[in-house]
Amino acid sequence: MSAETWAIAQFTVVMALMATALTLPFAIAAGWVLARATFPGKALLETVVSLPLVLPPVATGLLLLWLFGRRSPVGRALDAVGVEVVFTWKAVVIAMMVVSFPLVVRSVRSGIEQVDRRYEELAATLGAGRFRILRTITLPLASRGIVAGAILGFSRALGEFGATIMVAGAIPGRTQTLAVGIYTFVETGREEAAWGLLLLSALLAFGAIYLSNRLVAARA
Amino acid sequence: MIQLTLDVTLRQQAFELQVKDTSSVEVLGIFGPSGSGKTTLLESIAGIRRPDAGEIRVAERVLFSSAEGIDLPPRDRQIGYVPQDALLFPNLDVNGNINYGVRHSRRHLPGDAEARLRSTLIEILDLGPLLERRVQKLSGGEKQRVAIARALMTQPAVLLLDEPLAGVDRARRDRILPYVLRIRRDLHVPLVYVTHDEAELTSIADRVLHLDTGRVAEATHRRQ
Repeated sequence: MSAETWAIAQFTVVMALMATALTLPFAIAAGWVLARATFPGKALLETVVSLPLVLPPVATGLLLLWLFGRRSPVGRALDAVGVEVVFTWKAVVIAMMVVSFPLVVRSVRSGIEQVDRRYEELAATLGAGRFRILRTITLPLASRGIVAGAILGFSRALGEFGATIMVAGAIPGRTQTLAVGIYTFVETGREEAAWGLLLLSALLAFGAIYLSNRLVAARA
Repeated sequence: MIQLTLDVTLRQQAFELQVKDTSSVEVLGIFGPSGSGKTTLLESIAGIRRPDAGEIRVAERVLFSSAEGIDLPPRDRQIGYVPQDALLFPNLDVNGNINYGVRHSRRHLPGDAEARLRSTLIEILDLGPLLERRVQKLSGGEKQRVAIARALMTQPAVLLLDEPLAGVDRARRDRILPYVLRIRRDLHVPLVYVTHDEAELTSIADRVLHLDTGRVAEATHRRQ
């Protein structure tokens, strides 16, 4: 396998790990709110959170391209402080985060929903505040759902294609991920290199699923 | 002795709990068949359930008053609650459970007083050999004792015990009651003791409320 293939795989794994780590805090917050809070507009929030799951990733990518481009206030503000997102590795991470977010939230939410609320109520009678209870009781007891969500999100990030190609492009050595690489190699007639990437993708997918099954079994 | 004012009206579908009682007691027994509203009453004292109307007072502190619009959250009530199934936190060991309140609330004692309270509780409730154990490995009676210690570490104004013998097999029941008696005698913590077995109350309660389908059918004084 060529050095180029390895470099693409390594880049993809690093990006996906970063995306997973950055997604988790938001996903935990959203999962907690959806699992435990009732408020007007909750159904709306639920829908918005799930949107990237249903929207074609390419469409999500187009939205991100606009959001981080110079025509949107966000893009202009980032540009003003000298941060460039579009067609850089940052865009790769953001695309991965957005598409994996709904999956992670779902898993975290169901993990939290399975925690018996009576533990939380009891912790309150012992004098603990909301966030203390979240940190010391709810999240540890929901850890299976959180870990499963993280692995699921990581796996989704590894395979991300549509949003990535829109907002990050396929710049060799800069933004080219496994999925995007397979596509561009086939397009440019480098079938052999594409097969190498395919093999690595399959191995990574196998590893992630195996690990997640092991973790779930160990905690059952 | 502590003065307890319980004036609770709480509707839940077809069931209505309506209790009105004021007494000065060391141990208030609440006795009644299952479904009579005993646990609901304890949960409203602890602040887990909100009555529709009424007033709950412990000594001079108003915990709940619909007239005055007061409803202290559970964390500010200083009520120790030991539910029937103990509800030990499964992610913590025995030690972690006992220390939970002092570690995660503002109810601290000066360092040495806290250590003294901890060792007193460990001694009274005979917890020494259990401290490093995982809570999943404990018997029903052991769980109860740990849950009692966990509640008492936060120095509650009252300790609520919900059927402390329910999860304990018959042969070992006689071993739990002495622990409860020692709490009353050595720590002077007032108790509200809920049970469906009236015999348990004869040796400990000064006053017993007989609950039946949400009402106080009878209130009797026991020990004088």
